[in-house]
Amino acid sequence: MIELSRVTKVYQADGVAVHALREVDLHIAEGEFVALMGPSGSGKSTLLTILGAMNPPTTGRVVIDGIEPYNLPLERQADFRHEYVGFVFQQYHLIPYLTVLENVLLPLTIAQRPRQEKLHQAKAAIERVGLGGKENRLPSQLSGGEQARVTIARALVNQPPLLLLDEPTGNLDSTTGARVMELLVELNRAGQAVVMVTHNPETAACAGRIIRLRDGCIEGMTARAK
Amino acid sequence: MRLVDIAWNNLRRRRGKALLLVLGLAVGITTVVALQAITHTLRADVEVKLDEYGANILIVPRSNTLSLSYGGLTVSAAAYDVGELTERDVGLLWTIPFSRNLSIVAPKLLSAVEIADQTVLVAGVDFASELELKKWWRLEGRAPEADDEAVVGARVASLLGLDMGSLVQVGNGTFRIVAVLAENGTQDDDILFIDLDAARRVLGRPGSVSLIEVAALCSACPVEEIVKQIEAVLPQARVSALRQAVTLRMETVEQLSRFSLLLSGVVLFIGGLVVLTTMMGAVSERRQEIGLFRAIGFRGAHIVRIILTEAALLSVVGGLLGWLVGMAAAVLLAPGIARADIAVSWDPWLAVGAVGLALIVGLLASLYPAVRAARLDPTTALRSL
Repeated sequence: MIELSRVTKVYQADGVAVHALREVDLHIAEGEFVALMGPSGSGKSTLLTILGAMNPPTTGRVVIDGIEPYNLPLERQADFRHEYVGFVFQQYHLIPYLTVLENVLLPLTIAQRPRQEKLHQAKAAIERVGLGGKENRLPSQLSGGEQARVTIARALVNQPPLLLLDEPTGNLDSTTGARVMELLVELNRAGQAVVMVTHNPETAACAGRIIRLRDGCIEGMTARAK
Repeated sequence: MRLVDIAWNNLRRRRGKALLLVLGLAVGITTVVALQAITHTLRADVEVKLDEYGANILIVPRSNTLSLSYGGLTVSAAAYDVGELTERDVGLLWTIPFSRNLSIVAPKLLSAVEIADQTVLVAGVDFASELELKKWWRLEGRAPEADDEAVVGARVASLLGLDMGSLVQVGNGTFRIVAVLAENGTQDDDILFIDLDAARRVLGRPGSVSLIEVAALCSACPVEEIVKQIEAVLPQARVSALRQAVTLRMETVEQLSRFSLLLSGVVLFIGGLVVLTTMMGAVSERRQEIGLFRAIGFRGAHIVRIILTEAALLSVVGGLLGWLVGMAAAVLLAPGIARADIAVSWDPWLAVGAVGLALIVGLLASLYPAVRAARLDPTTALRSL
């Protein structure tokens, strides 16, 4: 499903070139659950954004589902993100003035579908993450775990083939974090491909494969026995 | 949920910024509306005064001979005795398409007459229309009621020693002076006014008319067009539109109007800058939100639409507010500043114009911030990544 070939990313910071990724080769299969681990500055988040068609690599080739998103014009890249990728951010980035339902509806706002179908999809996604009955609450009226679930519902509502998560349990206590991970495992079992950045070995243990990064290179991979 | 819902919800959340933007626009629109309403009122006031000033169209027989001055205008000397108009021509005036715009038609018969060894210009007039036409006339005495009564100009009265009750011989008729016209600095001071029909009789010129003065209501009618229409029905006559002092005042109003436009432009420009800086600030505050929109697949065009929708909503409010305050200011200020005698009219098109102008300024000033927002790199905007 995902193929990265010799992907390098160099950031320019105050005239100094910083190598975030160095010639990374990676293959992720359809329906796989991958955890990206590594110390800060190892390139995990950069890799995640490159997979999400948000951050073009300096060199190298990225192919997702047979498409090279970075060869598309900018507006078509946005369309690609809309269709192929669901993002869950560490800070959640929920829109504070929109309700749970409206936050989840957000990706569907620009979809050409009947209003009732959109509503049905959004409510189904909210039910799926266990937040049924809280559709009309504002993010500020939810716990951290609930906010994480809203973010996951928003990422799933458009049924993208790829779910990308950046430290999904980073701001949660261990119990709430464990529940969120249960949800992700459940989604993955239902066929959803998941790529997750985490520092937490317990969280990473939920994934089928753990990829360790250091200094922009893949240091090693561990596949969990099925 | 639609893009407009996102815009509306954001405005409700950021009320302070929204208010600042509305006020920035409203101040500009207020200035434009107030100045436009005042200059419009002044223009209307001048047009009303134009009507009050008396005749604005003069009809005389065509002639290329020597001329004498009458009423500050030039009429042909030969016109006293040849090429006269007739009473029938006066009737033809009411057949022109714009006849309903003719408020006063005052025909005159002019003739030089020897009175007490002096040559005096005698004018036969219809006193009813003449007094209506010349609202500035001040009669010492009373208006003539019988056809043997006369009004004498101040200089003629002084020269011939005429006063109220005096009798004066014109041709084969005798007229009693019932009023002396207070000196007003016009040719009227040198004229003896008698009844038109009596003049025709005593001078032996039945049905004759030397010239016709016409007052046309000009608030809504083009005088030049009326002139053309009169020329069409009276081809033997020379028809002139009079402008005089009112034109000068109209030019002053036009100058004020141009100045108003310039001032309005400057204030609107400043209003536009307020919108620009407020929108730039709003975009900067919403970087993460915009980054999220981009990350979940919103196109740049969607971001532009959200921001321009917000700008449009605020512009409509700013335009309406500006119109209301501007009209209120015009109503309060017009009588004092402009010394206009007529009331400011609540023109609905000015409201439409005010909202339209606010939309143009608001949208133009928001375009750059919107495009900048659309170009935000999602990764950089979200920061956390």
